[in-house]
Amino acid sequence: MRGLPQLILTQAKLYLREPIATFFTIFYAPLTLILFGSIYGNEPTPMFGNRGTIDIGVPAYIALIIVTVGLIGLPITVAAEREKGILRRYRATPLHPLAYLLSEVVTYFAMTLLGVFLLILVGRLGWNLRFEGNVLSVLGGFVLATLSTFAFGFLVASLSPTARLAQTVGMVLAFPMMFISGATIPWEILPGGVQRVAEFVPLTHAVRLLRKLWAGGSWGEVWVSAVVLAGVLVVCTALSARFFRWE
Amino acid sequence: MGVAIAVQELRKNYGALCAVDGISFQVDEGEIFGMVGPNGAGKTTTIECVEGLRRPDGGEVRVLGLDPQRDGRALRRIIGVQLQECALPDRLRVGEALALFASFYENPLPPRTLLEELGLADKVRTPFAQLSGGQKQRLFIALALVGNPRIVFLDELTTGLDPQARRAMWGLVQQVRERGKTVFLTTHYMEEAERLCDRVLIIDHGRILALDTPENLIRSLGAESRVVLTCQGATDQVLEALRAQAGVTRVERSGEQVIVYGRGEGLVATVVNTLNAAGRPFRDLRTEQPNLEDVFLTLTGREMRD
Repeated sequence: MRGLPQLILTQAKLYLREPIATFFTIFYAPLTLILFGSIYGNEPTPMFGNRGTIDIGVPAYIALIIVTVGLIGLPITVAAEREKGILRRYRATPLHPLAYLLSEVVTYFAMTLLGVFLLILVGRLGWNLRFEGNVLSVLGGFVLATLSTFAFGFLVASLSPTARLAQTVGMVLAFPMMFISGATIPWEILPGGVQRVAEFVPLTHAVRLLRKLWAGGSWGEVWVSAVVLAGVLVVCTALSARFFRWE
Repeated sequence: MGVAIAVQELRKNYGALCAVDGISFQVDEGEIFGMVGPNGAGKTTTIECVEGLRRPDGGEVRVLGLDPQRDGRALRRIIGVQLQECALPDRLRVGEALALFASFYENPLPPRTLLEELGLADKVRTPFAQLSGGQKQRLFIALALVGNPRIVFLDELTTGLDPQARRAMWGLVQQVRERGKTVFLTTHYMEEAERLCDRVLIIDHGRILALDTPENLIRSLGAESRVVLTCQGATDQVLEALRAQAGVTRVERSGEQVIVYGRGEGLVATVVNTLNAAGRPFRDLRTEQPNLEDVFLTLTGREMRD
């Protein structure tokens, strides 16, 4: 794995030099939180199980960051690097193919984590965000949801011959998911029909898992969602490995 | 001197198109070996099969004793590659690119020195997208060299460069060889192959037309040198006198321009002496030596298309 640390460092620098990508990963969710926080505040309401808008919003927005990075940012970057011939150039060196894939995952994971950190900070400082869960448990749920979404993103990149197509496919998948999964609009407000459809959307399970664990729920209560996410991770990784092309 | 590259009956098809049609050749260690031919002749396919980036449909390739398909990663540790079509991320800076690629190798050359040698020292902080064509090519050469490879592959090194940048690039390639490395390059500029390469392989439609030193290729043609001049008083009588000289094979006139074809060393002196003896003043005399362009024309019956 010679070259991996340097490649991760380089990818991270390049990521931070993309102003739009950086904005969407790091600032978009905290700004949304500020907007909704200013409108609704964080008073506990019975609809949200005696929690406030911010309390249930933060874990949902974590899923929002994950899907923005994993399903929009990652496929575009990987497909564009392939389309331009950057991957071809790497392939002509002794760099291990796995090192490249790892560098993308680690970089995007770190950026997602940075966005999440800022989100929590804003919730905490602005609206006294409540956290009733177990830190390790939530972290585990976050890792599962993130890797599962990244694997989905890699599959989109593997199957799209061009960066433009990867972008289109990523957005067509991501935006409806964002709205019906409870990642932007609270699940409790969604109509019953939409809720039933949303059961088939992986992001719904990411939101459910994160919200539950955040509120102090156990893995036993959300095992279905955990299994769905693990399944997506395994299937998408296998398919990506099968269909990924360097040029 | 050892054999750096051995290719036997290499074959590669793209669908129904036969890109490389069973070619065999060897490259010795320490030489600059050039593959020339028009676009689509099979140069890039061949060089990429040798680098291990393409899988041949038939034949055998050995590079420093390794099979590029089976031992691809071991091979890429000891070769350096400049690809015809590739890029780096737009916002990656020159210094970062070199540090990154250096980290892929076991014993890399110091990036700083390499950048100075390639005239990129003042571009260390310049993003890739802001480099000129020539600067990008120099950076790609630096990336091909940074791993301290034994063989350097340069595919269409100077395509798209202006003549001045092209000459500078030739100097760089010669420096690379002076460090004891083997250079395998492709080009569709005959002049480049002639000036730069120890041996030249001429390829067209996936087949080898000729393989030898540029001098031998030109000599083997027995091609004529030409003396071209402008002479107002070139009467039929004068032309006859020129034709009668030893070594002159043909004389052509078009308006005031006279072209004398011939072989041997003393052609210019013969022409000048004959015109002086006839008392005919002339001007704008120049000689044209046969070159690889002529070799290609003779071998294929057509001009190299650019």
